[in-house]
Amino acid sequence: MKQFIVAPAPHAHGSDSVRKNMLLVILALVPAYAVSVWQFGIGALITAAISILACVGTEWLISRFVLKEKRQTIGDLSAVLTGLLLAFNLPSSIDWWIVLIGAVVAIGVGKMTFGGLGQNPFNPALVGRVFLLISFPAQMTTWPVAKHFDTSYLDAETGATPLYYLKHMLDKNAPMAERLGSVKSITEIEWWDYLSGAMGGSLGEVCALALILGGIILICTKTITWHIPVSIIATVALFAACLGWAGMVPDGMETYQFVGYELLTGGLMLGAFFMATDYVTSPMTAWGKIIFGIGIGVLVMVIRTWGAYPEGMSFAILIMNACVPLLNKIRPTRFGEKKK
Amino acid sequence: MVNDQMVNGFMKTFRLGGVHPQDNKQFSAHQPITECPLPKQAIIPLVQHIGAPTQPVVAVGAKVKVGELLAKAGGFVSANICSPVSGTVAQIGEWKDAWGAPGQAIVIDVEGDEWLPEIDRTPDLVRSCTLEPKEIIDKIAAAGIVGLGGACFPTHVKLLPPPGKKAEVLIVNGVECEPYLTCDHQLMLEHGEEIIIGIQILKKALGVDRAIIGIENNKKDAIEHMTKLANTALGIEVLPLKLKYPQGGEKQLIDACIGRQVPSGALPIEVGAVVDNVATIYAVYEAVQKNKPLISRVMTVTGKKVQKPGNYSVRFGTPIEEVIALAGGIPADTGKIIGGGPMMGRAMDHVENMPANKRLSGLLFLPEAESIRPEEENCIRCGKCVQACPMGLEPYLLSRLAELEMYDELEKHDIMDCIDCGCCVYTCPANRRLLDSMRPGKAKVGAILRERAAAAK
Repeated sequence: MKQFIVAPAPHAHGSDSVRKNMLLVILALVPAYAVSVWQFGIGALITAAISILACVGTEWLISRFVLKEKRQTIGDLSAVLTGLLLAFNLPSSIDWWIVLIGAVVAIGVGKMTFGGLGQNPFNPALVGRVFLLISFPAQMTTWPVAKHFDTSYLDAETGATPLYYLKHMLDKNAPMAERLGSVKSITEIEWWDYLSGAMGGSLGEVCALALILGGIILICTKTITWHIPVSIIATVALFAACLGWAGMVPDGMETYQFVGYELLTGGLMLGAFFMATDYVTSPMTAWGKIIFGIGIGVLVMVIRTWGAYPEGMSFAILIMNACVPLLNKIRPTRFGEKKK
Repeated sequence: MVNDQMVNGFMKTFRLGGVHPQDNKQFSAHQPITECPLPKQAIIPLVQHIGAPTQPVVAVGAKVKVGELLAKAGGFVSANICSPVSGTVAQIGEWKDAWGAPGQAIVIDVEGDEWLPEIDRTPDLVRSCTLEPKEIIDKIAAAGIVGLGGACFPTHVKLLPPPGKKAEVLIVNGVECEPYLTCDHQLMLEHGEEIIIGIQILKKALGVDRAIIGIENNKKDAIEHMTKLANTALGIEVLPLKLKYPQGGEKQLIDACIGRQVPSGALPIEVGAVVDNVATIYAVYEAVQKNKPLISRVMTVTGKKVQKPGNYSVRFGTPIEEVIALAGGIPADTGKIIGGGPMMGRAMDHVENMPANKRLSGLLFLPEAESIRPEEENCIRCGKCVQACPMGLEPYLLSRLAELEMYDELEKHDIMDCIDCGCCVYTCPANRRLLDSMRPGKAKVGAILRERAAAAK
């Protein structure tokens, strides 16, 4: 009598896998990365390579020798993605050893201490980035100027980011000459430059167009849902518009211009489409995701407007990451539930 | 050419969740229904439905004819079992099914094929039915008809709504959303007229003047055929439905057809609906118009490597090995044999001594490579199980709570609403076997609820 395999239903599985999702996110980051290589040159290649290798290496070493896992998880590509996203959040001209430290913190502290993929409360790449921002404030805010395919790495020409200028313009204590200089710097940049990434900033945050394209790829392939990015972008736009109507924008700047700057700079698109949507650290239900997005939108604008840092996306996402267990108490609409 | 997907996009479907497994119906679709020869010995289990076990009314040594009552319903929610063969009762005793569940069965040594004289065996259509609703329901109960879509709930019980509830519409399930299975599809093509008459009979029994036949869009010829037939009858409409699993689920089908959602814990009658499968309705026609009890059903025998996949009409009690032989035997690299479809069917560890019965809608042979479940990985909290759940539950959470045996929490998170459809497991990118823990969790919570209800009395 032949015995056959017995297992509970269902006996079919869709083609979805962790690896496939990670790969799709990596592919969706390719357009933005290509622009970064074009704008920042060799530094973008070196920084990303070090970050990815260090993240994968850290995960393997910890999993193999500290946790002594039998099954290695680097094949699921989540460490590659963390490495790439960390690099996207660093200036391309930063020292290689700083990248290395960031990667070890991102994977070691941000992910593996909690038990690996799926267990961590905070976005690992952002844990790495914020650790570096606090530990190496000077290096982390020295931005190379976008210069089509620059072959210099460490000695790249540096400048400030648009949001830095913006903050400076609003700073009533700054000398008048500097404030005027900032206005000049910001208005010299054309709209097209904002969309295409010809501005100072972290490696992967500059080209809003490419990031939006990547985001659309993710939504169309059902890798992510629209809830988080749309709620973040809508909240930021609305908040900025309110500031404009309240007269809180720098002199000589129209409300619509201000809204545009807030949306297209400071890694907002990178955060909205790629960082806040990290599966592990975002809520499970549609309404949870919407509230999560609104929270990020409000926090980022509060930090940018009243906080000590010119940019607030990383902090906003990390703070909302901490709220996820609470947001997961929001239930999805049950079948047959009475609509109010 | 009109884009098929565009047309699909405008069709009705249920609102929450759902997945799109490959339908794989091409193997056995359009294979004409073939009669399976009579066995030498028939094994007839005494439980072939949801509800109380039946009580045998024959003794060892008795001579029986086809259609004679073998075992009578053991309560209100139970269904008679009539003899599918003629011969001598050889044995009544313990018997284990292919899933190892112990039960009782009657074994009959088959002699010839002698039917009760009142059964009309001609292929002639009998259109008119002058019976009163109560007489119709009694005939259905006597014939031992149960829902042939899979649940095997006794049909006459559905036709007697609890006091104060009134049926408004009969919903006919021609969805067959399980991949691979094609028996209902073929039945609609070959016995559409009988099904239409059966619908009129059920409408009369229920006192409703409207019936909706829901058919998924992957069976265009059945939609066309049934629409043509429905146009000649009063108060029957055919509703093509967008392809989505589990549309054949009772609650999902009602939502898709009339846009009403049955509340948690309630029966379809709560929203004025009664749902019956096309195969059940064909059995109703045969019982009421031809005096033929439920003694056989159409089964799909299929799989990618099966030599002669097809739709076979099989008398209950026939060992499934005989049906398998008709389909060309068990393919060499078979790893798993599933009774039913791949989403909700049950894997059998052997085929010996397993008879065809009311529950078995098909046999599916999966090759070795598709038989082993993919390795589980960590939950990445992507929420795709929540998106896929047609009941709006949180499978990731229920599964964890069940593992931790937190039954109060499980109850609060509505585990009892789980319909076991498998969408969450199908969709999970980390290959989590969420239902492995949810099923026992639900069973335990169900037991706790029953205890509580008993204590309150």
